[in-house]
Amino acid sequence: MDFMVFQYPMITIQACLDGVLLGVLFALIAYGMALQWGVMNIINIAQGDLVILGGYIAYFMYLYGIHPAWGVIASPIIMYFVGVGIYKLVINKVVDRDLFISILATFGISILFMQLMNFAFGADVVLANSGYGTTFLFDSNVVLPNSKIFSAFVSIVFAICLVIYMKKSKLGRAIRATAQNARAAKILGVDTEKVYAATFGINAALCGVAGALISITFTIHPYMGLPYTIRSFMIVIVAGLGNLPGVAMSGMGLGVFEEFADYLLGTEFRIGAVFLLLVLILVYRRFKLSRKREYLK
Amino acid sequence: MNKNYILYALILIFGLAAPFIFPAFKVQLSILCVLIILAITWNIQGGEMGYNSFGNILFYGLGMYLCASVQVGMFFPLAEWTESGGEKTFVHTPSQFFQGMAVGLVVAAVIPTIVAGLIGYAILGLRGHYFAICTLGLGVAAGEISGGIEIIGAGQGFTTPPFPNVGGLEARGEFFYLLSFTALVLTFIAVRAVYSTRFKLILNAIRDNEDKAEAMGIQTMKYKIIGWMISAFFCGLAGGIMGGLVGYIDSTDVAFDGREMGVFMVLMAILGGKGTLWGPVIGATVFHIFKEGFWTFFLGWQYVALGVLIVVIVIYFPEGIMGWLREKYPERFGEVVDEADRKAQVELK
Repeated sequence: MDFMVFQYPMITIQACLDGVLLGVLFALIAYGMALQWGVMNIINIAQGDLVILGGYIAYFMYLYGIHPAWGVIASPIIMYFVGVGIYKLVINKVVDRDLFISILATFGISILFMQLMNFAFGADVVLANSGYGTTFLFDSNVVLPNSKIFSAFVSIVFAICLVIYMKKSKLGRAIRATAQNARAAKILGVDTEKVYAATFGINAALCGVAGALISITFTIHPYMGLPYTIRSFMIVIVAGLGNLPGVAMSGMGLGVFEEFADYLLGTEFRIGAVFLLLVLILVYRRFKLSRKREYLK
Repeated sequence: MNKNYILYALILIFGLAAPFIFPAFKVQLSILCVLIILAITWNIQGGEMGYNSFGNILFYGLGMYLCASVQVGMFFPLAEWTESGGEKTFVHTPSQFFQGMAVGLVVAAVIPTIVAGLIGYAILGLRGHYFAICTLGLGVAAGEISGGIEIIGAGQGFTTPPFPNVGGLEARGEFFYLLSFTALVLTFIAVRAVYSTRFKLILNAIRDNEDKAEAMGIQTMKYKIIGWMISAFFCGLAGGIMGGLVGYIDSTDVAFDGREMGVFMVLMAILGGKGTLWGPVIGATVFHIFKEGFWTFFLGWQYVALGVLIVVIVIYFPEGIMGWLREKYPERFGEVVDEADRKAQVELK
């Protein structure tokens, strides 16, 4: 246990800022998850692996001499088609079925992706160096890499664009209608199959953006996917489906929590702390929900 | 009924004779026994109770660590043992080894049961996918946390006591096979006994509609916890045996291996047929034969094959082998079939 984080205000500020900037990325991934959870009622365990795959796209652009920031544009486009492909191959067969079937099927996809990425890109921890320098605040007591600020900014821009798109465009309206009532939407002429495919594609594209940003700011590794899935799941449960400010807030909260857990418990317990927090949140939620009982329908 | 007992006796004899018929496969057969135990215990949750758990790996890993720790800790300082890694500064005498193993297995079975009882009230109140994800989180968290604890080896792993030099070269394999086979027989008998009581009906009622079961006056929470505790008991036992068999415990790759063992147990139970007594046994056997037979051909691609296998089984074969047989030969399962009705249904399709 290292309580230095509370004794020196600069470290506290550093942890909070890092956490918030990281949390914005989590919120972006969680937004994708909330979208496809709300529309298709599927929990995608492979969410984190899509993020990592998006990260590798940016990393490869970096390897071939293109600035990795362009990955923010390229990765979602490629990931959109990957997402649609996954939908056509697997997800459309589990949409209407038992939730556990979809969890297990996406778990299978997750293992598949993990291993394919391991073969294709190797098991090394990699990072795409953006060369953006760092910003020093408070007499250089607080150090912020510019890439983190860039990634937070880009994810906010993407989130706002997506919100506007969902509100204004025809497809966005169709997606919202399907989320409310798939059957009624079908009757009124919405091609729900197409809507589902587009939703999953948009989700994958969001994961691609987040992954590209993660590969610029942090590091990526083929087996790092599952924690991102769990984080986004956690954020969605805390915020609730379709509550965007809530997703943003709880994403940042989770980021700050992680930074503090990192300081207090040590880096080796960081992922463990995330998973334990998930268990605690679910248990808390269960006790809270069990107070107001539903009666039999 | 008599026919059943003859079948059981034949299987028992075959099981006892197996290591002498296939001497080269003793370790594989022991692993098969452990896998069957895991599939049977998972089936208590996923099949009979309808609570699809990814977290039974928690009890398995806990049992593994506990058995090895007790076996070492009874005679030597545990911290120095793990610090020395694989180097044999301390050597168990045969009697120490077997005493330690016996006590260790008891501890490995009992402590996870208590843990299951303690966390059961909180965890089993969750429904559906929340339960699945929560247990997934539990398993991974346990792996990550145990990977940071120094006294049980942290990141560098824990070497379990080597088998003492008694009874010749073949003794180790035979000992572990008999141990795991005994555990398997015990598990099967216990689960079969449990399934023949009202308890199974209650579990099925919980699976089919928990609210209604509660409305009928069944204390569902009590039975869910008991079901989980039974599961944890045998899971821990299997973990303890597997720890000795593998000889080396790593937090995320051997003990709390959610990516391999944690998925295997779900997959085996589904492949064989959820909610049947024999389904997990058949599923585990088929799965293990497939895995060992074909894994070598994939050579490094086995996880890719595993991922594809999960998706294919889950999407196209969710009823499993027993479910398929039941569809095909309903008479064998004691179901009365009305031929006219059946034909009418076929025509309707």
